Amino acid sequence: MTESLPLPGRGNVSRRSFIKSVIATSASVSAMSWFSAPAAARHQGAARGSVGRLVSLEVNGRTRRVDVLPQETLAMTLRYKLGLTGTKLGCDRAECGACTVMIDGVAHYSCSTLTHRVRGREITTVEGLEGPGGELHPVQRAFIDELGPQCGFCTPGQVMAAAAVLRANPNPTRDEARRAMSGNLCRCGAYDHYLNGVMRAAREVSHA
Amino acid sequence: MMNDMMTHFDLLQPVDLDSALDMLSRHGADAWPLAGGYDSFDWFKNRGKQPAVVIDLEGIDELRGVTELESGVGPGGGGGIEIGAMTTLATLEADPLIRSRYALLAHAAAEVASPQIRNAGTIGGNVCQDTRCWYYRYGMTCYRAGGNTCYAGAPGAMNREHAIFGADRCVAVTPSDVAPALVALDAGMVVRSARREKVVPAAEFFMPPGVDITRMTVLGERDLLTAIRIPDRWAGADFHFEKVADRKTWDFALVSVAAAVRTSGGGNGGGIIEDARIVAGAVQCVPRRLTTVEDLVRGRPRDEETAEMAGELAVRGADPLDYNHFKVPLLRNLVKRAVRGT
Ligand SMILES: Cc1cc2nc3c(=O)[nH]c(=O)nc-3n(C[C@H](O)[C@H](O)[C@H](O)COP(=O)(O)OP(=O)(O)OC[C@H]3O[C@@H](n4cnc5c(N)ncnc54)[C@H](O)[C@@H]3O)c2cc1C
Ligand code: SF4
Ligand code: FES
Ligand code: FES
Repeated sequence: MTESLPLPGRGNVSRRSFIKSVIATSASVSAMSWFSAPAAARHQGAARGSVGRLVSLEVNGRTRRVDVLPQETLAMTLRYKLGLTGTKLGCDRAECGACTVMIDGVAHYSCSTLTHRVRGREITTVEGLEGPGGELHPVQRAFIDELGPQCGFCTPGQVMAAAAVLRANPNPTRDEARRAMSGNLCRCGAYDHYLNGVMRAAREVSHA
Repeated sequence: MMNDMMTHFDLLQPVDLDSALDMLSRHGADAWPLAGGYDSFDWFKNRGKQPAVVIDLEGIDELRGVTELESGVGPGGGGGIEIGAMTTLATLEADPLIRSRYALLAHAAAEVASPQIRNAGTIGGNVCQDTRCWYYRYGMTCYRAGGNTCYAGAPGAMNREHAIFGADRCVAVTPSDVAPALVALDAGMVVRSARREKVVPAAEFFMPPGVDITRMTVLGERDLLTAIRIPDRWAGADFHFEKVADRKTWDFALVSVAAAVRTSGGGNGGGIIEDARIVAGAVQCVPRRLTTVEDLVRGRPRDEETAEMAGELAVRGADPLDYNHFKVPLLRNLVKRAVRGT
């Protein structure tokens, strides 16, 4: 994951930090070309009452002001405008769970949620789970202990789904937990490890 | 990924029903009502539909929630419950009133898609969703899309998921797990436009292709489904819901059966059947109410023999396509189990 790419004029930068810097420094440029589909021009003269573009979002306990298109999904806003790339995009069709975030404590697919729908709601991404001293969330610790992640791509979504289950039901049975985690696909097939992680986190939280 | 950014639309977010209906009548065919978005965004992302205006119904409180209807107000003249169209499927699963009296509906809702989808997907959107025939969804100009052929019914076509009954040019099936349960419960669908309100029985809400091949429901482009009323007629009956799909999560039904049964002298697996509703999903373009089976079982003991006959009768007249013959024994067995009660 941290292989180095020789980039002309930049020295050696890890691929990941390069991508991050691109997102951070030229967010507006890349977002512009990304979002300004030609169709935007087709509907000049917005319908009366169409949403305004500048919105405030409550993300991970902070208020973020951001320019959001009417058709923009929360996954797009989080990843490409707020730089919160912990939320993954797998299918973009509600069929994998990689994009799972919490909205008011409930698990949702951010690839299939309009950002304009969540103004004023509390959005939590995997970046927002850490404790006040930067410590990992019990679910994250338990996933490490149970060797949950293999490639790790589905992990942020699994973490968010698990954190949401335990909020609603701190002591789930294994079957309840399995059902609650069933909206998150894992290509590496680490389902039992994740499930063990959920059960371990539940035990640890209830004994804390 | 580029392709997955939806094309532009104006997003209207009314906070009351009258404004929403007004917007809908103003924008007509250019407007698209948005509920949970789990059908809508698929269309928008694939460029299958590109409405100019999207009317988000989420902010309308009066469209959400489960309320008890007083006696005399429910469809059929008794009491019952009313469910706002924007009530989420997760709410239906968890609602104590629904679980205690109309468990069939809670059970059907729990079988839909995945937990995250049920957290946002609504009962209204679920029954209004378009068919999942992939030829159509991926933009082929078939009959349903206004063309003059059906790709799924053509020789060699992939039609494992398609209809075994009632094909009329189009062989697509109803995708909703909730719809058969609503038909079985004799639900009334409350349809409103800026000009009028009417209550359509669930059994007449879904549109057969022979009547209008381009629509899945009776809703016109200026109509909204505002609520669903469930009469107390079947409250607390013996319910049975079973769905068979390739995977337990995400996949649409290959066949589903929803049944409500009233027996005298004994619950599941005993007594005489006084009355029953048996409805199959994913075998026809609309939920298929098995009235001949209902007539057969009425007055008979709820036992293996009745179940056997019911299963046979349920599949009479089935006309499978190249790849969906398996749906015939599947439907037969699900109906058998529903009638037997196990
Ligand atoms: C991966 C995946 C798997 C799925 N699996 C299943 C499954 O197994 N079983 C199942 O039953 N469903 C399944 N679904 C469908 C899903 O559960 C939703 O119920 C469905 O997509 C529509 O509900 P929604 O609230 O998201 O509506 P939307 O997508 O917002 O709306 C659906 C359609 O109905 C119209 N509409 C919505 N509400 C109203 C209203 N009140 N009045 C008039 N028109 C309205 C919209 O304009 C739109 O055309 C699946 C969806 C996905 C993406
Ligand atoms: S089954 Fe219906 S929706 Fe599918 S290709 Fe044929 S006409 Fe179109
Ligand atoms: S990216 Fe949202 S469910 Fe796959
Ligand atoms: S750990 Fe690789 S996809 Fe789940």
